Amino acid sequence: MKHIILILVAALLLVGCTAVQPVNVAQTGAADSEAAATSGEITVYTALEDDQISNYLPLFNEQYPDIKVNIVRDSTGIITARLLAEKDNPQADVVWGLAATSLLVADQQGMLEPYAPAGLDRIRPEFRDPADPPHWVGIDTWFSAFCANTVELEAKGLPIPTSWADLIKPEYKGLIAMPNPASSGTGFLSVSAILQMMGEEEGWAYLDKLHDNIAVYTHSGSKPCRMAGAGEVAIGISFDYRAIKQRDAGEPILPVFPAEGSGWEIEANALVKKENISPAAKTFLDWAIGEDIMRLYAASFPITAAVTDVPIPEGYPEDPIAQLVANDFVTMAGERERILAQWTERYDSKSEPR
Amino acid sequence: MTTQVTDERTITLPAATVRPIVTGEDWLRRSLLLLVTGFLLVGVLLPLAPLVVRSLSDQNGQFVGLENYVRYFTSPGLASSFVNSMTVATLTTLLAVGLAFGYAWSITRTCMPAKGFFRAMALLPLFVPPLAIAIGLIYLFGNKGLVTTGFFGFFEQTLGAPLAFNINLYGMNGIILGELLYCFPQAFLILTVAAALADARLYEASMALNASALRTFWTVTLPGMRYGLISAIFVCFTLAFTDFGVPKVVGGNFNVLATDIYKQVIGQQNFVMGATISIVLLAPTVIAFVIDRIAQRRQVAVLTARSVPLRPRPHRVIDTLALIYCALIAAAILIVVGTVVYASLVDVWPYKLNLTLRHFDFRNVGGGGWGAYINSLWMSFYTAVFGVIIIFTGAYIIEKSRTWPGLRHFAYFLSMVSVALPGLVIGLAYIFFFNPKSWTILGVAVSNPFAFLYGTMAILVLSNIVHFYTVSFMTGTTALKQIDGEFESVSASLRVPFYRTFARVTLPLSLPAVAEIAMYLFVNAMVTVSAVIFLYSPQIRLASVAIVNMDDAGDTAAAAAMSVLIIAACLVVRMVYTVIVHHLNLRTQAWRLP
Repeated sequence: MKHIILILVAALLLVGCTAVQPVNVAQTGAADSEAAATSGEITVYTALEDDQISNYLPLFNEQYPDIKVNIVRDSTGIITARLLAEKDNPQADVVWGLAATSLLVADQQGMLEPYAPAGLDRIRPEFRDPADPPHWVGIDTWFSAFCANTVELEAKGLPIPTSWADLIKPEYKGLIAMPNPASSGTGFLSVSAILQMMGEEEGWAYLDKLHDNIAVYTHSGSKPCRMAGAGEVAIGISFDYRAIKQRDAGEPILPVFPAEGSGWEIEANALVKKENISPAAKTFLDWAIGEDIMRLYAASFPITAAVTDVPIPEGYPEDPIAQLVANDFVTMAGERERILAQWTERYDSKSEPR
Repeated sequence: MTTQVTDERTITLPAATVRPIVTGEDWLRRSLLLLVTGFLLVGVLLPLAPLVVRSLSDQNGQFVGLENYVRYFTSPGLASSFVNSMTVATLTTLLAVGLAFGYAWSITRTCMPAKGFFRAMALLPLFVPPLAIAIGLIYLFGNKGLVTTGFFGFFEQTLGAPLAFNINLYGMNGIILGELLYCFPQAFLILTVAAALADARLYEASMALNASALRTFWTVTLPGMRYGLISAIFVCFTLAFTDFGVPKVVGGNFNVLATDIYKQVIGQQNFVMGATISIVLLAPTVIAFVIDRIAQRRQVAVLTARSVPLRPRPHRVIDTLALIYCALIAAAILIVVGTVVYASLVDVWPYKLNLTLRHFDFRNVGGGGWGAYINSLWMSFYTAVFGVIIIFTGAYIIEKSRTWPGLRHFAYFLSMVSVALPGLVIGLAYIFFFNPKSWTILGVAVSNPFAFLYGTMAILVLSNIVHFYTVSFMTGTTALKQIDGEFESVSASLRVPFYRTFARVTLPLSLPAVAEIAMYLFVNAMVTVSAVIFLYSPQIRLASVAIVNMDDAGDTAAAAAMSVLIIAACLVVRMVYTVIVHHLNLRTQAWRLP
């Protein structure tokens, strides 16, 4: 019996040694050369949509067949929570396409390694962290949009709303779903856009009236649009990509971009600060803002971090940048807790289902 | 709930507690107890430490004492969330335990037909991923639901009567309906075991004394099932109090404490408040546990070696009523599950209702598709195998041994605490505990011996075993109680080592319960999301997480399709279980048959 245990222990030790060795070799090998690494294995945390990833990633695999990319994809909230919770021993090497506000929080906690990816000069200045080298670099934007269910609205004899002002008309009472800003970044996007557009006083007065028309606040940013797509509500306050995608899937959804403008957010990439940063992670970040992939981004996002020659995707306003409201990220991030507390007190603690 | 036998024996047989000599066998027992306690420490208690620390710190990790608790208890939405949670948990418990009691009683105490079928139907909701239950409820009772619209006006056209009901799903009604489906099978599992534990002699006595049926029910049946009832109430209340899966999807604007954690952690990345609310959520369980222990002190065992198993006698009226009752409940469950199957086949709900199999092709949707399904099967298999070994050993050593009472009570307490941990809390606590390479304890860095588990299949299995520990543990304990402690006493006096008694008597007699625990662990591991969504690694994607991802991406039908595959796997396991138990019963349970 003792012998068996001894042999087992020896075997385990042996396995342990051999498993560790290749990693060391890879690290020393990479430290010697300054050129972009073409092999290795990295873990990428992302909140991009699944169908987007399966569209984008093959491009990388083609170019760097020897870099193995492990993707962890989930909704913005879950990925951000996971990233931050793993702070003491980060598992991710790269964050790809995560809301910039989430990256600001990670940056505050010192989790991001400044890195200037190749081709940074092509990125519009408002799409990157102003620090040099930047802590995060954007790739695209997404912004608030309404998902209007044409079948349900027609059945009720109601016009399709075209503006924020329309949504507080009494005829839409109980027909609107909106993400709870305390649960969802998309929800906060819309609330913060309203407060910045109208000013605090008028903004809260507007939200009071909007609250009277809301059927349900959801915990996920895409849920209102899905509820609209399934006819559970007539109008969902959600975001652009979702509205277009559901329309393309055959649901009776008309994407509406509110006349007053949309709240918006940048999706960005960052290098995670950890011991032994893999050179392959930098290769990935270089690739992720490269010209080829930027064209792919542009096929589904009307506004990308670098200007491309790809026409604006069908269904979007002709001048998408004009659609965006003036948005002060840093101020709003600082004000977030106060706004959410006020929002919760006004609307969320009322429990009566309407 | 488990030690009344112990206590009674220590009272009536004081001689048994006097053990002047500690034998090698005792040390074996003690090491088993230490192993189980060690498992529970690493799996349940220690991972809570980082949560407690966070709840006492500010966002930058500075110690702030009880400030977060004060802030939480003075926050505006708290009172309503707390009242809502209590209301939901109380109503769910009353309904689930009440309905399950009648159902369990019908199956064990009457001669109604098709018991096997109805037993399987009662457990069916366990096989359905929580999100799929929500999909089923929405397709039935949502604003465009089949019931709400009277099958899209079909009834109105054909029958001339507008048979449509709006139950106002989003809100308290939806939560209670969802929690009821979630809690009913768990209450049923515990109560059938308890209802099967009856001493026919008491009923004979009651009959001889000419007591009415009602009086017999109040004085014999109910007291006999008391432990099962208390356990079922405890489990249902805690589950309904801490679950966030159902309220998240159909809760609407009805806030409960569990969704408050979600808002803090996922919505605002405020781990400090999330940790604070998690600790607060534990309070009801601890209080319930203490009350339970105090109540148990005064109780005596119902079943002894001289008990005669009760055989139900045919009774036309009662059997028919029981059948109707069970059929109604089974139909309700089947309708919800059937709706999930229907949802997986409909082209575009609710606008193109033609049927298609295209949603079962997962290549164009996220989440990992069939690969994730295979991973889930393996994970559930490991959870069942390792879980049943650990949990049954734990139940055995806590229930049947007499060593180190303090440690046994402690291990028992830990076994009960796990039910109060929402999956979300387990997931986060496990990241905080298992991920760092070293912990800082009182300013000293200590290297983390468990860090190697992080990102592996092992941590998924561990989190599942811990997550579903309590109900399995209760099942094991209840089964062990059926075996008279005199086996141990006699074996001890004949100097038969306890492990031989265990292998020759206890284990064979408990095999049905062992199979039951394994099945319970398997099906729960298949459907669970809340903990594993934080712990799965990119190499090990899971079917239940894929369902959430697909639903998130708007592919509700694909999510339903994956749910159908999970339900199918669980049904197969359930069938295997039935066959195994049938053979076991023939071989080992013959003593129970007339």
